[in-house]
Amino acid sequence: MARLVGRRALFAVPVVLVVTFGAFAIAAASPFDPVRAYAGTAALGADQETLDRLRENLGVDESFVARWWHWLTSALTGDLGHSSVLRQPVTQVIGERLVWSALLCAVAFAVAVGLGLLLGVLAARRPGSVLDRAVTSLSYTLEAAPVFWIALLAVWLFALQWDVLPAGGLTDTASQQVTPGQVAGHIVLPAGVLAVSQLPWFTLYVRQGVGDALAEDPVRGARARGLAEGTVLVGHALRSGLLPVLTLIGSRVPELITGALLVETVFSWPGIAAATVEAATAVDFPLLAALTVLATVAVLAGNLLADLLYGLFDPRVKLSEM
Amino acid sequence: MTARRTRWTRRTDRRLPIRSAAAAVAFAAGATACSAPSRGGGDGGAEAAESVVIGVASEPDTLSPLLGYGKDGNSKIFDGLLARDSDLELKPALAAALPKVTDDGRTYTYTLREGVKFSDGEPLTAGDVVYTYRTVLDEKTNNTARSELDAVEDVRASGDDTVVFTLKYPYAPFAARTVLPIVPEHVAGKQDPNTGDFNTEPVGTGPYVLTNWSKGEKLGFRANPHYWGDKPAVKSFTMAVIADDNVRATRLRSGDLDGAVLPPNLAATFEKDDGRRTYRARSYDFRAVTLPSAGQVTGDRAIRRALDAAVDRQAMVDKILDGAGRPAYGPLPVDDPWYERGIERPRDLAGAGRILDEAGWKPGSGGIRAKDGQRASFTLYYPSGDKVRQDHALAYASDAKKAGIEVKVEGATWEVIEPRMKTDAVLAGLGSVGDPDFGLYTLLHSTLAGDGFNNMAHYANPAVDEALDAGRRSQDPKVRAAAYGEIQKALVADPGYTFLTHIDHLYVLADRWDGLTTQLEPHEHGFASGPWWNIENWRPKK
Repeated sequence: MARLVGRRALFAVPVVLVVTFGAFAIAAASPFDPVRAYAGTAALGADQETLDRLRENLGVDESFVARWWHWLTSALTGDLGHSSVLRQPVTQVIGERLVWSALLCAVAFAVAVGLGLLLGVLAARRPGSVLDRAVTSLSYTLEAAPVFWIALLAVWLFALQWDVLPAGGLTDTASQQVTPGQVAGHIVLPAGVLAVSQLPWFTLYVRQGVGDALAEDPVRGARARGLAEGTVLVGHALRSGLLPVLTLIGSRVPELITGALLVETVFSWPGIAAATVEAATAVDFPLLAALTVLATVAVLAGNLLADLLYGLFDPRVKLSEM
Repeated sequence: MTARRTRWTRRTDRRLPIRSAAAAVAFAAGATACSAPSRGGGDGGAEAAESVVIGVASEPDTLSPLLGYGKDGNSKIFDGLLARDSDLELKPALAAALPKVTDDGRTYTYTLREGVKFSDGEPLTAGDVVYTYRTVLDEKTNNTARSELDAVEDVRASGDDTVVFTLKYPYAPFAARTVLPIVPEHVAGKQDPNTGDFNTEPVGTGPYVLTNWSKGEKLGFRANPHYWGDKPAVKSFTMAVIADDNVRATRLRSGDLDGAVLPPNLAATFEKDDGRRTYRARSYDFRAVTLPSAGQVTGDRAIRRALDAAVDRQAMVDKILDGAGRPAYGPLPVDDPWYERGIERPRDLAGAGRILDEAGWKPGSGGIRAKDGQRASFTLYYPSGDKVRQDHALAYASDAKKAGIEVKVEGATWEVIEPRMKTDAVLAGLGSVGDPDFGLYTLLHSTLAGDGFNNMAHYANPAVDEALDAGRRSQDPKVRAAAYGEIQKALVADPGYTFLTHIDHLYVLADRWDGLTTQLEPHEHGFASGPWWNIENWRPKK
């Protein structure tokens, strides 16, 4: 297990290098003008002298290869540079925002997995029943619904019509401190929406896996031996039925990141998603690079997690051989 | 659960006499727009008036005046040497009085107000003023508005309380530039102005101090205990940053916000609301079509005059802006003191046709006129995603077609538009506040043709150049008024731009305060302007 993690970590180094290099290349090739992004609306009234001076000061005309190398060598010494568009050190940007994005994703993920498991098992126990048909069709509907649409719908229903949950932000708009109670109340809607957007996949996979397992010989044998239904379900069907879901957990990470991007925007959630968009459109190299690394690491870690879980739960797979 | 719910119920509850669990019965709150309560426990109204939550569309990139924040005044964290009142008249702020102008308008001397302290308790000195201006003028500082101080040759302190500006040339509107916020040298001077944390943790002399800034979400402010002016009745306020118009309107309706900036169609939905008022701010914010002088068609004077006569400005105001705006007959709005009365002109399609006939533009195939084999046709770009500009562009094209001129409308990003500004028309939006020179010089002076985003039409008219120079040199209001009047008349005779509309900015706000006003606003709006431009002077309704 440690060997697997170690190997993957080594493998991650070239991947991160290539991905960041790619991000610099794409950003340099993008039509966005960093000077305009830096100056914001002020640029649209600025004279040439101002635009040229900013170009000079921001070092826009350096080649992206040189900038990438410069960024890499600084990053290795722990200096991630300054974000030009947010006018803050990159470490500060990430420090302020990452925790909120992580919290949002973690809560949403836990809810999606838990609820998906429950609904999937309930549906799989009686294939073709009313419950099964309801869960399945709901899953397909949700899968087709865009995240931002669900988000706006949720705001309309819970915040406007019923007035039971706040419509956005991390705390009440008027409050000037962040308290756990406030965050708990404010995270319900965004995390709920993000969970709902991820839910169909888990539900359908669980239903399929458990349904197949319930029809297999070992389960029929267990039932024939007169074992209790609960034992059969947990001991036999779930163990083999949930294996496909484990792979899913890792592979949903990129989806989760893009989903979080939309959800954070709709709910004014102060995470790194908003910063990512700004960094990309502003060709803010240092911030973009750092966020790219973060996303890459998240995806790789997700895959590693899936493999580890597989090795732990599937007797046919040996971690030592991976 | 009841107790938790009350935190999210409508803020309007606070106007109810009894603030208790009964407040959770929220459905009654929207309907009862009672004024100050008359029974015991009656500070509900006053308490609600002490804190305000405002929804704005965008936030500043930085809160450091060294990089351009608050350069037009109205920053709540900082003060300039001067400030503007509701009629945009200059009044002293950190200066004790308006500046003494000597040396034929080339030396401006300011004496500082006594006893002013920064919010950290340190006194303000002339050194802080000098540091601020010198840093903004420094080439290495990434300030986007440095050219606005182009006239300054030198700034120096004379003693602790006097600051002397020396100008390169006589520049009448200079005093209006000194609304620029002053920063403390003992804080900002210790760091790099481009990247230091003064950008996010500012210290100033203004009526409020920043308590927290969650970028992309909100900024919180509370009253500055060291403020030199009267104590504000509004003790704390929050600016919530909500880019999407619909979400902003939604949160205003749910009671999460007390006020917000809104587009006309959404502001209209609050009209019947007793507990809220709509404020309409007039503005300098115009929409115009640039007609590049280099273009075969757009550079032709007859075409320019015909277009000017053919556009139906009133229809644009009514249809595109839902009436929230005014026809623009020139760069200055009709209620600006410098506006030249009498240049208003109705739509005149027949006149447009006559102008073109006389100039030899004869009707050709498809109803499009031509002259010497050149079709009267040009491309008009607008920044994609800006619906108001798109609507203006399409309306302009349809009006032009009626006069036999073909305008091909295309949306594009600024990256695409910028290299084409010299040859193709652009639907531009500009407008500066404070002095006619600020907006007009950069828009019209031939020496600035094609200089970045200055004079996008490459307009060149010697008489206009001369009047622009006279207007900025002379200190005599009569001479200046004559010069700016002449410029506006010249733009009618030889229009390098077709001015279409001046746009009103709309704000909806809970009706808990008395005597709120709006200023004439510049092109940028929402954060520093709106009814909250003077929030420190708001007083609760009696």
